[in-house]
Amino acid sequence: MSVVTLKIDDIECTGKVGQTILEVAKENNVQIPVLCDLKGLTPVAACRLCLVEVEGLPKLVPACATKIQEGMVVKTNTEKLKNYKRMIVELLFSEGNHICASCVVNGHCELQDLGYMVGMDHVRFDYLWQSFKIDSSHPKFVMDQSKCVKCTRCIRVCDEVEGAHVWDLRGRGINVRVSTGFDEPWGQNKDCTQCGKCVQVCPVGALFDKNATSSEMIKDRSFLQRILEGREAKIWVR
Amino acid sequence: MAQKRIVLDPVTRIEGHAKISIYLDENGNVEEAQFHVTEVRGFEKFCEGRLYTEMPGITQRICGICPVSHLLASARAGDDIMGITIPEAARLLRYMMNSAQIVQSHALSFFHLSSPDFLLGFDSDPAKRNIFGVIEKFPDLARRGIRLRKFGQEVIEMLGGRKIHPAWAVPGGVREPLSEDKKQIILDWIPEVKETTKMGIEFFKSYIDKNKDVVENFGNFPSYFLGLVNEDGSYNHHDGFIRVIDSNGNIVLDKVDPRKYYEYIGESTSDHSYLKFPYLKSFGYPGGMYRVGPLARLNIAKSMGTPLADKELKEFKSFSPNGVVLSSFMYHYARLIEILHCIEKIEEIVQNPIIYKGKYRVYGGVNKEMGVGVSEAPRGTLFHHYWVDENGILTKVNLIIATGQNNLGMNKTVDQIAKAYIKNGDIKEGMLNRIEAGIRCYDPCLSCSTHAIGQMPIKVEIIDKSGNIVKTIVRD
Repeated sequence: MSVVTLKIDDIECTGKVGQTILEVAKENNVQIPVLCDLKGLTPVAACRLCLVEVEGLPKLVPACATKIQEGMVVKTNTEKLKNYKRMIVELLFSEGNHICASCVVNGHCELQDLGYMVGMDHVRFDYLWQSFKIDSSHPKFVMDQSKCVKCTRCIRVCDEVEGAHVWDLRGRGINVRVSTGFDEPWGQNKDCTQCGKCVQVCPVGALFDKNATSSEMIKDRSFLQRILEGREAKIWVR
Repeated sequence: MAQKRIVLDPVTRIEGHAKISIYLDENGNVEEAQFHVTEVRGFEKFCEGRLYTEMPGITQRICGICPVSHLLASARAGDDIMGITIPEAARLLRYMMNSAQIVQSHALSFFHLSSPDFLLGFDSDPAKRNIFGVIEKFPDLARRGIRLRKFGQEVIEMLGGRKIHPAWAVPGGVREPLSEDKKQIILDWIPEVKETTKMGIEFFKSYIDKNKDVVENFGNFPSYFLGLVNEDGSYNHHDGFIRVIDSNGNIVLDKVDPRKYYEYIGESTSDHSYLKFPYLKSFGYPGGMYRVGPLARLNIAKSMGTPLADKELKEFKSFSPNGVVLSSFMYHYARLIEILHCIEKIEEIVQNPIIYKGKYRVYGGVNKEMGVGVSEAPRGTLFHHYWVDENGILTKVNLIIATGQNNLGMNKTVDQIAKAYIKNGDIKEGMLNRIEAGIRCYDPCLSCSTHAIGQMPIKVEIIDKSGNIVKTIVRD
């Protein structure tokens, strides 16, 4: 197996060919904020929070979807990047209706954690206060569009792991929504196996258990680890 | 001389923002006084479209003083939508949290907000007439009062994980029982808080002995009284039946399922305030004016159900020949007796093994299109009424808050005090204080009832009929 050497934030790192910058950074305790990336799912570089600077490249690249190369020099924490990342988090907050106080994942939310991580003490952009709908037609779960950050983890886990492909994106720009086929109520969707994987991978309070009340929902992703191990042992082929 | 208007804006040492207008006639005597609530927050509207299970988390944000009241009423409305009866342990635990809430809120009202008026005098220096002035002159009583509130807050935290906005009561019960290691901590604290409450009662009784004019003139008028009681007529601040009595003590409504409140209570509006005016439908508006809160709860209850509070209730009722105390000033006394009951109840519940081991939460779905949750908040009966679709999404919300129900009473109190203390256009600082203190008897929580935040110095404007300000009194 070929080994690649590179520098991330002045730390000499080594990785295997095929690994991403994000994976190697994690192995070397360099923290890069992420929202859409989740181990076990195909990277899509949707959230742009893991953008890094690579010496010699004219533009910023997503660490989750960029493979390491020999001699790469990566910067993850420059003033420019810090500014962009805080801006991205602020825009996410201003676009949805994220009311932490009454949210089911308050205290266990990846977006909330990111807010702290990037030092978001306030939001500089006007809130859009868009009107969103809650879909609680499913017998076990609820979808609250107002908290969705369009990370597409739910879409990927349903497609790549469960194989049901209940969810996908519809609309464009600011009107993009995660939706079932033909946008029918979730409870009427015949493809949903009620496995709840989408709920567990959702980083925010957009998907949650029906009985969960404020601050009560803690996402459990241990099933993904079991699936990864299954893949490695070739007992799980998807 | 043309008609004049005096404006007190804002009223201080209450929760929220209000102002008072006093209209003087041509001779400078009070023609009419009005209590205005000047802001609106719109909770009922923006909750539409949300899930009923979220409501305990959302509605408790209405207020930082009595979040527990909204939490419990909202959870009960959720129970009703699910069509379930919560387990006995959950019922006791909720009663315990409501008791702690009443202790902390009443302690705040009596010791922090109102005691400066009694201890230092209505006409004392306004700069010193506050809790800090009390600490300076009566350090022991002030410390005890603060610790009494702390007791209530700490019990809330032991149950719900935090003092303010505990997300603990949920449709179907409560999230967690009390942890057994808290039992002794609470029991050890009980003697001190009982003693503090008794001290407060003794002090208040000696005050009213010496200040009969205050009792006479502070909102002393006939009205109906509404609150919750057990089926046998004994005191219950969380899960009883509605009882209404008139000012002679006759029971005019009894054993009414609180979930059917809307058959008996109507709501009227007025141009001069954002706060609505609830009234008893059978007596019309404004004839069906009723008061809620500590005074009403004690007036309607035949006993308190705990020994120390029962003894005090007898004495309280003896202040009136027919057992119905009409003066709003006696709200303070009623508050202290309720604290006593709540402490005794906490002591009783904490020793009941079921709260540590019993089932405390049940699950269910949407089984009814409408749910009502009722609980006695420190300031009076609180109604949460939700309408949902088949998936539990709220289509309509109606919240009737205690302070709203006292709205007519507060207006009447202001009117009465103004008439007693303002003569021939003579307006002194101490008189305005009495009007404010009259409002404070009800411990109004305007943040809850219309949802305003903020305090400013008091400002009084005297305005003549053509709208010109002829005199301004400002207190920074």
